[in-house]
Amino acid sequence: MSGAGARVAVVPSRMTLQQIKGRLAGAKKGHSMLQKKADALTVRFRSILKDILEKKEGAGEQSKDAMLALAMAKYAFGEELTVVMGESVDEEASCKVKMTPDNIAGVTLPVFSRYEGGGGAAGGLDGSKGGGAKGGAKGGAAGAGTGRSLAGLSKGGQQISECRETFSTTLELLVALASLQTSFIILDEAIKLTNRRVNALENVVVPKLDNTVKYIISELDEMEREEFFRLKLVCQGCHRENGACCCVLYWIRFARTGVVV
Amino acid sequence: MASAGKKNLSKSRPGGYLIAVIGDADTVAGFLMAGVGERDGKKDVNYFEVDLKDTPVPAIEDAFKRFTEREDIAIVLINQYIANEIRPVLAKFSAPVPAVLEIPSKEHPYDASKDSILQRVRNMLGTS
Repeated sequence: MSGAGARVAVVPSRMTLQQIKGRLAGAKKGHSMLQKKADALTVRFRSILKDILEKKEGAGEQSKDAMLALAMAKYAFGEELTVVMGESVDEEASCKVKMTPDNIAGVTLPVFSRYEGGGGAAGGLDGSKGGGAKGGAKGGAAGAGTGRSLAGLSKGGQQISECRETFSTTLELLVALASLQTSFIILDEAIKLTNRRVNALENVVVPKLDNTVKYIISELDEMEREEFFRLKLVCQGCHRENGACCCVLYWIRFARTGVVV
Repeated sequence: MASAGKKNLSKSRPGGYLIAVIGDADTVAGFLMAGVGERDGKKDVNYFEVDLKDTPVPAIEDAFKRFTEREDIAIVLINQYIANEIRPVLAKFSAPVPAVLEIPSKEHPYDASKDSILQRVRNMLGTS
């Protein structure tokens, strides 16, 4: 019988048949839509994969440059540079990241972008322009951005501002990389989830509903045959008694074939 | 953990997000120069200087956990050789935000084969 395999436990009737057919249509529609979503995500995912590989290599190179610039700055300023940097950290970072949501097929991806927060931007400019000119003043003046405090360094202003620039560029690259990496993780998760749903619909829900439809149809046929047989018995009985048949079955058969039983 | 990350995604903080740094003295100094450092009212800072000779591994793990749990940090930069020390903790951390980036340091050149994200990328691209 076609009712083999998993099916929804329902009473076989015309009404449930309609309901199940509706659910089957819904499941098929949902399956095709989820499939499209998975495809869209995968396209984006692939391009991100390639980007990440490129950017990681680039970041490695850039970091090398940054370390070189730092070594130069340290040579010019002296070993205590790192200590001074730690001391001159302010209340508010002059370099922050902004997060703007991006939407791909209903999945929210954050895109990070760097921006200069607070008075840091102006301070940074001063620092790189002023260089050693403002020598003498102790670094880390209260309220000024990290950049401005650099103006107070007594020597090696040129190297230090160069080092700052290089690290800024590195940071820019790393922020871009962070966006990609976050997107990578989220998309990976989203694709797995969508594929799971697609597969569940394709392999579990749709066959189950299909089976149910077949089961209901076969069951209804069976019931019709039983009914037909019952009518036939009744009809034979009344045939024997009356000689002529008055039952429904007689008329049905007559209407179909034109044969008088 | 993932749901907490999701919550972060939809709304953007008005004050912007910070970049945290876990690294050796040079790396930290360099990024501080670029202006990522912030000291809040409680004198808490968003960077952590590590000297593998002096700094015990649990302290690094602690710093990493502290940074990843902070709401205002979107990116955690960590030197790769330090990341190797706390690899189990790093591997367990799976939330999308903050993004954990492994960066090379002065003495230790970048080893792409150790980066956990890059490993996954290579696996998916089918290149080893």
